[in-house]
Amino acid sequence: MEDTSMATKLSAPRGPYIAVITNRTTNVVIRGTMLFSVGVFLALVLNLLQVQRNVTLFPPDVLSSVFSSAWWVPPCCGSASALIGLLYPCIDHCLGEPHKLKREWSSVMRCVAVFVGINHASAKVDFANNVQLSLTLAALSIGLWWTFDRSRSGFGLGVGIALLATLVTQLLVYNGVFQYTSPDFLYIRSWLPCIFFAGVITIGNIGRQLALYECKVVQEKIHQD
Amino acid sequence: MTVRERLRQNISAAFYRHGLLCASYPVPIVLFTSASILTCCYPLLKLPLPGTGPVVFTTGVRDYTIPYHEPQGEIGERPEWYRGPPVAYIQQVLVKAAVSPWDNTLVPVDVFRSPIGRVFSLLEEIRNHVYTDSSGVRSLESLCLQVTDLLPGLRRMQTILPEHGCLLVSPGNYWQNQRDLFDLDSDLLKTIHQHEPKGFHISTSLRDLLFGVMKEHTGVSLYSKKRVVTYTITIALSSYDPRFLGSLRARLKQLHPSLNCTLRDDHMVHVHFKEEIGIAELIPLVTTYIILFAYIYFSTRKIDMVKSKWGLALAAVVTVLSSLLMSVGLCTLFGLTPTLNGGEIFPYLVVVIGLENVLVLTKSVVSTPVDLEVKLRIAQGLSNESWSIMKNVATELGIILIGYFTLVPAIQEFCLFAVVGLVSDFFLQMFFFTTVLSIDIRRMERLWFLLADLNRQSPHTITLQAPAFRNLRLPKRLRVVYFLARTRLAQRIIMVGTVIWIGILVYTDPAGLRTYLAAQVSEQSPLGESGLPPHLGVAPVFPGGDPTSTLSVLPAPEPTIIPENHSNGHDSLGHITPVSPQISWGPEDEDGWKHLYLRQWPSLFSYYNITLAKRYISILPVIPVTLHLSPQEAIETRHPQDTRHQPPPIPRTPDQQNDLTLYKVAALGLAAGVLLVLLLFCLYRVLCPRNYGQNGVPHGRRRRGDLPCDEYGYSPPVSEISPLLLRGHSMDIECLASDGMLLASCCLAGQIRVWDAQTGDCLTIIPNNGLRRSSSSGGWEHRDGGADTGACLEGAECDGYPLRRRLTPSRPALFVDQPDLTPLIDTNFSELPPSQKPPKNGFDFGELVDRAYQEHEPSPSLAFTPSPTAPQPRRPSVGDQPVMSPDPCSPGPTDWDSSVWAMELRGNLIAAGRSSGKLELWDAVEGSLRCCNEDGVSGITALAFHNNRIVAARLNGSLDFFTVETNKPLGLLQYRGAPGRGSMPPSPCYRSEDVINCQLTRSVQCAHQKPITVLRAAAGRVVTGSQDHTVRVYRLEDSCCLFTLQGHSGGITSIYIDQTMVLASGGQDGAICLWDVLTGSRVSHVYGHRGDVTSLVCTTSCVISSGLDDLICIWDRSTGIKLYSIQQEVGCGASLGVISESLLVTGGQGCVSFWDLNFGDLLQTVYLGQNSEGQGVRQLLVLENAAIVCDFGSELSLVYVPSVLEKLD
Repeated sequence: MEDTSMATKLSAPRGPYIAVITNRTTNVVIRGTMLFSVGVFLALVLNLLQVQRNVTLFPPDVLSSVFSSAWWVPPCCGSASALIGLLYPCIDHCLGEPHKLKREWSSVMRCVAVFVGINHASAKVDFANNVQLSLTLAALSIGLWWTFDRSRSGFGLGVGIALLATLVTQLLVYNGVFQYTSPDFLYIRSWLPCIFFAGVITIGNIGRQLALYECKVVQEKIHQD
Repeated sequence: MTVRERLRQNISAAFYRHGLLCASYPVPIVLFTSASILTCCYPLLKLPLPGTGPVVFTTGVRDYTIPYHEPQGEIGERPEWYRGPPVAYIQQVLVKAAVSPWDNTLVPVDVFRSPIGRVFSLLEEIRNHVYTDSSGVRSLESLCLQVTDLLPGLRRMQTILPEHGCLLVSPGNYWQNQRDLFDLDSDLLKTIHQHEPKGFHISTSLRDLLFGVMKEHTGVSLYSKKRVVTYTITIALSSYDPRFLGSLRARLKQLHPSLNCTLRDDHMVHVHFKEEIGIAELIPLVTTYIILFAYIYFSTRKIDMVKSKWGLALAAVVTVLSSLLMSVGLCTLFGLTPTLNGGEIFPYLVVVIGLENVLVLTKSVVSTPVDLEVKLRIAQGLSNESWSIMKNVATELGIILIGYFTLVPAIQEFCLFAVVGLVSDFFLQMFFFTTVLSIDIRRMERLWFLLADLNRQSPHTITLQAPAFRNLRLPKRLRVVYFLARTRLAQRIIMVGTVIWIGILVYTDPAGLRTYLAAQVSEQSPLGESGLPPHLGVAPVFPGGDPTSTLSVLPAPEPTIIPENHSNGHDSLGHITPVSPQISWGPEDEDGWKHLYLRQWPSLFSYYNITLAKRYISILPVIPVTLHLSPQEAIETRHPQDTRHQPPPIPRTPDQQNDLTLYKVAALGLAAGVLLVLLLFCLYRVLCPRNYGQNGVPHGRRRRGDLPCDEYGYSPPVSEISPLLLRGHSMDIECLASDGMLLASCCLAGQIRVWDAQTGDCLTIIPNNGLRRSSSSGGWEHRDGGADTGACLEGAECDGYPLRRRLTPSRPALFVDQPDLTPLIDTNFSELPPSQKPPKNGFDFGELVDRAYQEHEPSPSLAFTPSPTAPQPRRPSVGDQPVMSPDPCSPGPTDWDSSVWAMELRGNLIAAGRSSGKLELWDAVEGSLRCCNEDGVSGITALAFHNNRIVAARLNGSLDFFTVETNKPLGLLQYRGAPGRGSMPPSPCYRSEDVINCQLTRSVQCAHQKPITVLRAAAGRVVTGSQDHTVRVYRLEDSCCLFTLQGHSGGITSIYIDQTMVLASGGQDGAICLWDVLTGSRVSHVYGHRGDVTSLVCTTSCVISSGLDDLICIWDRSTGIKLYSIQQEVGCGASLGVISESLLVTGGQGCVSFWDLNFGDLLQTVYLGQNSEGQGVRQLLVLENAAIVCDFGSELSLVYVPSVLEKLD
């Protein structure tokens, strides 16, 4: 009887989508791809915001300005975001303290919006000096973390990655691989860590949400088998 | 009470009163709120429309000086942008030309050919104009704005627009300013048209740029009625030289006098252009808006269980939006003008203010008990969430205030808006949204009443049908429909279709609506009004539109001409009599630039890579030029091919035509729209006939109690299947046991009844003979009565204990399955040799019990229904043990006074463990006592009957292993029941003639330090759980303790073990542990419940637990991750059963509910009786024939689940 019921269940058609998404490797790949594209998209858009600050644009130049920075910057951001987005649920799992704060897409969207807002503020608002800019951005980033994350692991990872990324960027700049379009060097250095931190928190949030979805589907699948 | 708590209470009370108010007077409050919104938004009318429209400022020409860069004293007069020199000065020469007098020998082309031809001589004149004075010679070349290359993308226009020279544009540019090319051009209109962009365009067309007036006003058309051609020659000057311009003006006026022209030439207009929104800026903006919409979508999706989801979602969005508008309006009212780009910060403001509170409010209100009045529901919902809402608002205000102290002006302004927005949002939530919610809930309520009435009229039928297992067995067609319905696919497609349709409508612009609107807007925009007023006093006033004031340039044609015209005109039917064109100068010509698209100047300059964003240009007063051409001249300049263009048979006035087209298209569009909407509506009805179970399904159960429906809002039909009620017990049922065929139950009165599990017939009654005993002992008459209770409450000499619990039925029973009190009581009694107690010298446990009640009363999980399983109140009967028969093992009368605490049924033997510590074996069929063992003195709290072994757990923590022996070897015993089905091993069937002996094989003293609460046996293992926080595993054969499992931080309340050696345990700490029985290691450990875990069941893939918090949690067995949880009604989530791998049954208030485990869907609810209130199902057994037995007060209820059988086979 067990067999027959099993057979009926197995014979129940399951869409290819479910079948694909329940495969663990495939799922990681899908999540990675989604996070990658989110990262690339955000990198392009935010880069555009930064470009606007310094250059006056006219319509024919727009498309070229989208790709004005080095070509490898968006892919780098994309892979970094994929890595971070996969890392966060992993760390949650390892530490055994699941993210308890509101885990809903609306909250994630809010987080992304605030992140873009922080970028917007750093690009559009004129600050008196760089210290003020740094302090404001730091307060905003911490606020972002507190509102949407509140986990110690998230904070630690965020700070670590932000410092690392800033270091890497500075090394690249000193070695001449990468150059800022802006002549104002200090300006960029002052916002970079905060933006990185906020970005890590945001991507981590998205990654966790995606992982949650995976869990659900996988559980469902195990159920059915 | 701390300040915090007091504050909390006050807030809660205030919200409660407010909720009552809102729900009582919905309409006045909504009106009041709307009025206040409008009032607050009123100041917004003064603000310029958002957008990139230019702003104008007018100064006089006479005393014009280039404004300084630094702001001067008189700031009030000048706008902020009016600083420094303009990008350019624009001098326009407005030419009006007509061929007059008109005669019928002229062809339509003549209307514009020769007037346009005159542009070349005018250009020549302007270019060559030189002004000489003491400071030198000045020509246009030295003053004009020199332009360089066109942008690379505009190569196409290279031949037309000037390059490397003065920026001077006129219609002559079409022919490279060469008269020869113009004369050779056979088709002027074609030349002009070929540079028009095809299809959709939003920026200025080349034609508008070159002609400098709107297309309709140029008169360059074959069907022109007025036969006056208007165009401008536009010169951009880099520096302002009043003398040169004055001489140019004088020269042109002298050459081409416009006698009656009254255009004012004493003021110049400065036009400031705001920042352009290019694609580069648009991309981030669009991104933020997309994120915003995603946020709103994901938020409003959570609104559930209301009458109209869309309505409430709309109300939520309206709440946020109007709070933003109010915030801007209020800020404007108090003198703060927004300097930030509204469109940019708007999404962030929405996100900061958020929809969370609104959603929390909705959720809280809909989760209040449905049977309450609407008013009370609203009030209760509000007050439940009051504290969190207030905390939220306070936190957000705090964060924003911190932001205010960043001292960055832009951020400060943002924060100011956000603060005011938050406050007004709070106000709107409280008044507007709450009221809307109350209206919505009231509508929903009405619906229920209606449906309930309908429902009552029709007889109930048994409806256990396909929907119950819609996920398992459904025809494909139905599945498709369900899929459509579940995903709301049809609505979404319809919505997307409508949006696309509207988009296409706007895009293709069939009616020229955009042009019309643009014209309207440019006329009505504040530009016109704000530019003129300061000068109206000075300049001569023209009443606009008054025909008498339009001064005709031409003297009225001689009367002799008119009849000639008439006589010539009537030859073609419907031909409008040609009249001589009249050139008139009206006030409408004065501000020709206003009629042009606002983007004319920016686009002209952007061709040369000059931006006007955030800069301004100064427009000098136009130079009017009037040209009168004679018909002879027109004929001379005619191109040979021009005569081919014959006037159309029915020329129509363009104005009328335009108007008519507009109305016609509008009417057609409207009709088409209505038709489409109707069509889509019909389509929608056809495609989605299902009402998602919200409205269409009669909600009988709503009135009985609110059970959650599944996440799609689908609530399955209530089954009116009547369960089989097994009546007979006089008191509440305490123990329930079954072996699949038979069913044994024991009530509080001590009576054991045996039922046939298939038919529900009562087979045997093993009476307690309480009355007999009472007559013999003389003190027990009250056992079943209810008389002398008063003494019980106060006196120490009271033995009416059984009544005590009947007296206090409203008290929650704390003793279900968990002997909290046992230590208290047990320590007093376990040492006492029962036989030495005098009969009437009972102990009053009332105090103890009361104290225990008091201790437990404040605990948050009081919600248990009165449960008769609590044996403690009957405990004093231990003290009565001396009355019992001195020969305990005689098959005759046994001790009727001690109650049955545990019962098991195997084969046809009932094992009953009594509070006196006695173990009895009864024949289930004959009702005779087969065997009795009295080795232990401590009460038996739990029994396990496995094959021929009985394990008894006692109150003092010891564990006794008994062996049931017959005079036959075990191998000869008959086995009963189908092997392999279910988890129960085949049990031997003891025949009545066999002599059965029950021997204590081993007694493990002090198996636990504290009373054993749970005992389970399966797969050759016996597992015990105790108050001392440990679980022990024994081997059944040799009663050897294999493991002591430690991991809980509270007493064990439930254990599950099955044949596959899965062991799960739940404790009072709310934790659930999964153990490996082979190694004794802990597999996983999760915290799932607030309060005790009351029940635990496993399937092969998941663990199901229920807790005192009325939550049923479903966990993944391998990973320990919570899959989902089901919030149950208060006080009913204690009993659980798994029918098959995917079917869960839970007991509720007078009902049992079936759930699909895979999806968490509620499949069916079966009500056990009519008077279901207050009777909870506490014990639930799943029999092997897929029937469910549950206790229901003093009755047993047998529910068959036929569809389950169907599925299993």
